[in-house]
Amino acid sequence: MVPLSWYLVLAALLFSIGIYGVLARANAIGILMALELMLNGVILNIVAFWRYRGPTQVSGQMFAIIVFAVAAAEAAVGLALIISIYRRRGTVVAEDVSLLKW
Amino acid sequence: MSAQQIVFLVTAGVIVISAALVVTVRNLIHASLWLVITLFAVAAIYVQLEADFLAVVQVILYIGAISILIIFSVMLTRRVMADTGPQRIPQWPLAAVLALLVFGGLAYLLVQVPWPLAPNVDVSDTVLALGEAFVDPNRYVIPFEVATVLLLVALVGSISLALPERESD
Repeated sequence: MVPLSWYLVLAALLFSIGIYGVLARANAIGILMALELMLNGVILNIVAFWRYRGPTQVSGQMFAIIVFAVAAAEAAVGLALIISIYRRRGTVVAEDVSLLKW
Repeated sequence: MSAQQIVFLVTAGVIVISAALVVTVRNLIHASLWLVITLFAVAAIYVQLEADFLAVVQVILYIGAISILIIFSVMLTRRVMADTGPQRIPQWPLAAVLALLVFGGLAYLLVQVPWPLAPNVDVSDTVLALGEAFVDPNRYVIPFEVATVLLLVALVGSISLALPERESD
């Protein structure tokens, strides 16, 4: 049996790689990809806790499924926003979209 | 070291390497293909955790829908095959330091805490239990309905956001 802590460390690693991508990527779509990595780390954490702490209950998997739904909504709206920005301003570089910057 | 642990380590290695490539590779199409590999390996981890339904959902939803959406928007938003300009911001070492700090803190905390574990039972037929819990009025029917409304709003919202502007209004 694999110890629980291995899964937790793997999820933390995935989340941290996602944080690096969100902060360091210049392209907005690259940022969204890194965001997906972070969400995957979170879901992995939830599922590992479900398996090791409450495998007889469904609440852990239920939580993961709701996070899946939110992730799908986030990806759809985020990519639509990026396409809309690209159409109006001709760029997907996050730094160039500074309309609200004072 | 048991066979399960070896399989876990191999899958984890695939996840870490491909995830690192997702955030570092210059070409965004390549990055999205590495993202697909990462998501597949995460689905393999779900199988090892005996969450079979979630593994299937991961393949269908993440690989089948979200990554395809990402690849489409990469192709829609760049001039043909020309990745000019830097792909990361000048302050990227700071971002790397921050990510390392977050990882160190999380890993230290998660490993240190003595989690009380449930006795190891045989997990089977989670799909049936999940399906019953989703439509049971006393359990998860309200979160289920809220999630469906959220998805509907996201669907309508993304369509209206991505529509081209009309000239008249």
